[in-house]
Amino acid sequence: MNAAAAPDPSALLVVRELTVTYRVSIRGGHALLRAVNDVSFELARGETLGLVGESGSGKSTIARALLRLVPAESGVALFHGTDLLALSGASLQAMRRHLQLIFQDPLASLDPRMRIADILAEPLRVFEPQLTGRQRQQRVLAIARAVGLAAAHLHRYPHEFSGGQAQRIGIARALIIEPELIVCDEPLSALDVSIKSQISNLLKDLQRELQLSLLFISHDLAAVRFSCDRVLVLYLGRVMETAGCDTLFSAARHPYTRALMRAAPIPDPIAARKRRSAPLEGEVPSPLFAPSGCVFRTRCPMAVERCAREIPLLRQVGASLVACHRAEEVDD
Amino acid sequence: MSAGPAGPDALDAPPLRIRRLSVSYATDHGRIEAVRDIDIDVAAGEFLGIVGESGSGKTQLLLSVLGLSAPRAELGGSIRYRQQELLRLDSAALNQVRGNRISMVFQDPMTALNPYLRVGIQITEVLRVHRGASARAAEQRAIDMLQSVHIPDAQRRMRQYPHELSGGMRQRVMIAMALIAEPEILLADEPSTALDVTVQAQILSLFQELRARTGTAIVLVTHDLGVIAEVADRVAVMYAGRIMEQAPVHELFARPRHPYTEALQQSIPRIDAARPARLPSIAGTPPDPASLPPGCAFAPRCIYRMPVCDAVAPPLLEDSPGHWKACHHDGALGKLRGQAA
Repeated sequence: MNAAAAPDPSALLVVRELTVTYRVSIRGGHALLRAVNDVSFELARGETLGLVGESGSGKSTIARALLRLVPAESGVALFHGTDLLALSGASLQAMRRHLQLIFQDPLASLDPRMRIADILAEPLRVFEPQLTGRQRQQRVLAIARAVGLAAAHLHRYPHEFSGGQAQRIGIARALIIEPELIVCDEPLSALDVSIKSQISNLLKDLQRELQLSLLFISHDLAAVRFSCDRVLVLYLGRVMETAGCDTLFSAARHPYTRALMRAAPIPDPIAARKRRSAPLEGEVPSPLFAPSGCVFRTRCPMAVERCAREIPLLRQVGASLVACHRAEEVDD
Repeated sequence: MSAGPAGPDALDAPPLRIRRLSVSYATDHGRIEAVRDIDIDVAAGEFLGIVGESGSGKTQLLLSVLGLSAPRAELGGSIRYRQQELLRLDSAALNQVRGNRISMVFQDPMTALNPYLRVGIQITEVLRVHRGASARAAEQRAIDMLQSVHIPDAQRRMRQYPHELSGGMRQRVMIAMALIAEPEILLADEPSTALDVTVQAQILSLFQELRARTGTAIVLVTHDLGVIAEVADRVAVMYAGRIMEQAPVHELFARPRHPYTEALQQSIPRIDAARPARLPSIAGTPPDPASLPPGCAFAPRCIYRMPVCDAVAPPLLEDSPGHWKACHHDGALGKLRGQAA
């Protein structure tokens, strides 16, 4: 085990050494693509954990593996002490009500032929079949109100809604069966700037009120800083760094985390132009040809010979867990 | 109304002058006015940022300059490039301008590049068409151009197909294609939006480098105020087909005069500041372009709204030198910040 050894007893979800491998076809046969490689983390009750990284980082694959939408190759994911990855049949179905998903594209994730009232009632029909029609209706109304939808909206169809309203519906559908853990996969990315802040605030309010645990997947560091308590930075399927949000944004220890932060646009020309450092060179390599040793070394300005030889383990440096041989030399 | 002091014949006149431009479409749901009464200049060598949300008309504005609006679009007003009125050119004459004097980079290079043609053929086409260059000369020039947009191993890349390149490399190829004829103006529609954040930073820095080296004016359209803050000299903020505010970049960010600009600026979380408990936010949603309100299109969402705002659309007026706004409210802004606290 490579991260903080003893799992926090208050953790709702404990993931250990999760590895997910896809079989992909390439010219002349197939190859194994390791999308998630030995990832460990915990999520406490009421906590929001950000998973950040660029394409190929494995952030969405982690979520899909936890939700059992793709098979994990190895690892465990203890949810209330039960391994999500070992469940099957009825016990898996029963577990699903505690784990819900909010999608990136809200309109694409709503059935266009169903009215909003039916979309919201459907999870109740599945997971709480004992409810009467009237009880269901009350729950639908209550959740609609909680996410800022009017009763009149319930009789409409998805296409009658803007992206922001559709995302409210997506959030309501995820929340109506009172799950404990919600995976938000780029929940703001498809929304317009003026709508993003509304939905960010809504998610935060609901999270606090309902003591939800959120896995917040995003490539947008600023959104992560606003929404998350803790952050896991991923690159090519591996954890590069993990720390509390304040620590990460004020004293990141991994050269990749630093590079991500330097690259994120700042909506302030004075601050933006002050940090005139050269952007990181190159692009994320294909996970089919992940570099030996540290996967980031081919783009790392600090890479030395050891980085090609030896995979850096996550270790405590300052207030972060960092997978870098030279983390101590990353200055403040 | 004029968006700049220089007359059309002045020596230092801006090469591109857009006046009272409108772009509209007839649809089953009524007439959509995508661009409404826009006045804007592009000065020689400047980096102009145009920021707006989806439906603001920013892309339609760019497309109209190159005659790329949909066939059923109706265009009004004027787009003058040097001595030519682009809206009245036939396609043969327009082709002398397109890709040659004014060129464009699109958001998704994969759809803008021909998947069946090698990169080299696509880059050199511009030179063969516009310059009558020999195949050999064009190829050498293309290799130089690929090198100047920092594509390593340019000779080999010339023989590759677009799908063999990464997203960032494809966008570099697009930029090389757009710049190979040394245009006076480069239009870029969300050129870094589909890219990873570290690659976006590379592309933005490439634009700046190329502008400094070649003097090409760049008009960059984006939804991201952060991108604008990184690269633009001057900014136009669009909403519902109109320019709401226009100012030099430092001025716009330090002293926004339009409530929409203020709201956009404050509703974006920042990585370089402690997080607020809540983000100031704009209530409501952008208007339906098929049924725009009669007055200011932002009025229904505006916290400074007055009765006049619903009745009369405010014209874009110069508030202080170089700083233009289309808003009836003349008092101070800052209410949004207070509201969020």
